[in-house]
Amino acid sequence: MHEVGIAQSILTIVEKEADKSGASNVKRVKLIVGEFTGVVKESLEFALDIVKKNTSAQNAEFIIETVKLKTYCQECDKTFIGKDDAHFLCPDCSGILGIVEGKELKIEFIDVE
Amino acid sequence: MHIIDVNSQILKENSRLAEENKKLFAKYDLHVTNFMSAPGAGKTTVLEETIKRISSKYKISVIEGDLRTSIDSERIEALNIPSYQITTGTVCHLDARMIHNALHDFKLEGSDLLFIENVGNLVCPADFELGEDLKAMVFSVVEGAEKPKKYPVMFHSVEVVLLNKIDLIPYSGVSLEELISNVKEVNPSAKIFPISCRTGEGIDEWIDWFIGKINSK
Ligand SMILES: Nc1nc2c(ncn2[C@@H]2O[C@H](COP(=O)(O)OP(=O)(O)OP(=O)(O)O)[C@@H](O)[C@H]2O)c(=O)[nH]1
Ligand SMILES: [Mg+2]
Ligand SMILES: [Zn+2]
Repeated sequence: MHEVGIAQSILTIVEKEADKSGASNVKRVKLIVGEFTGVVKESLEFALDIVKKNTSAQNAEFIIETVKLKTYCQECDKTFIGKDDAHFLCPDCSGILGIVEGKELKIEFIDVE
Repeated sequence: MHIIDVNSQILKENSRLAEENKKLFAKYDLHVTNFMSAPGAGKTTVLEETIKRISSKYKISVIEGDLRTSIDSERIEALNIPSYQITTGTVCHLDARMIHNALHDFKLEGSDLLFIENVGNLVCPADFELGEDLKAMVFSVVEGAEKPKKYPVMFHSVEVVLLNKIDLIPYSGVSLEELISNVKEVNPSAKIFPISCRTGEGIDEWIDWFIGKINSK
C-alpha cells in the first residue's frame, strides 16, 4: 500500500511541469506502470483521486497503461512476454532471463491548458 | 490543449537521494545492507544473531524501520550496538529520504557496517532504493512454499535470501526443497541460505558468505 506515496510523487512532478509551461489546468496525465513492480493499478487510481484534490490536476484524468513482464534470453535470443508465473529460467537453455519490460514507473506526458 | 512530453521516472527523487546516500556511505567506507521481509519473518533476530558473531571484528550500526514503537531498536541496543529508530507512521516501507534524514542525527563515522531493517512488508520496500550495497531478504519458511511465486518482485530484487525458521519445518508441512526451487525460479542467481535463529543451523554459512561479500566490495 505505498501507492499514496507514489501518487504524491506523481503529483509533485505533474504540478512542476504544468507550472513550467504556465498552464493552470491539467486535463490528462499518462502513466506507465510495469506489472513487475509493487504498484497495483486500482490502488494507484484510488490514491490519485485523493491526492489530486486542490492541485492544478484536480480535474485531470489519469490514464494508466500497464506493461506486462517481458524477459529475454541472451543465449537463445528469445523474448518471453506476459506469462502468469514470473519465471526467470529460459525454458530452452536454462539460462537466466533478464527483464526487458515490466519495471516501469513513469509519467509519459501531461495534457494541459 | 497542449501535450507536454514529460517522460519522467516517478521515483526519480528517490533515486537521486539514494545516490546521495551512496556517496555518503562511500565517504565513510561503509558497507550497507538492506534487510527486507514480511512482518515477523525474523529480520531483527537475524540481525541479533549476525551481530553476536561478527561484532568483535566489525563496528556495526543499525537503522530500524517500523510503523510504530522502538522495540526493535532497543533489542539492538541491548547488544551495545548503536541503533537509530525510524518510525514511519503509516508508510509501509523505508525510502531514501528517510535514510538521508536519519543520517543528519545518526553519526556513522568509524562504523564498518550499516544494517538497515526495513518495515515488515512483502511488497513495497522492493520498489525503493536506499543507496545500499546489498539487498537481503528474510523469509519465514512456515509461510509456505508458494510465496516466491505469489510475491516475486521482492524475491527477484535481492542478492541473498535467508530461509529462516527451518527448525519449524517438521511442524509445518512445508517442503524446503519445493520452496528453494520456487525461489530459484523467481531469482536464479540468488544465494539461498536455509537457517534457524533458534538452533543456529545455517547461520555460519550465511556469515561466511556475507563476510566474503563485504571483503569483495
Ligand atoms: N522458531 C523460530 N522462531 C524464530 C526464528 N527466528 C525468529 N523467530 C521468532 O519469530 C518472531 C519474529 O521475529 P523478529 O525477529 O521480531 O521478526 P521481524 O522480521 O524483525 O519482525 P518485524 O520487525 O515486526 O517485521 C520472534 O518471536 C522470534 O523469536 C527461528 O529461526 N525459529
Ligand atoms: Mg523487526
Ligand atoms: Zn535460452
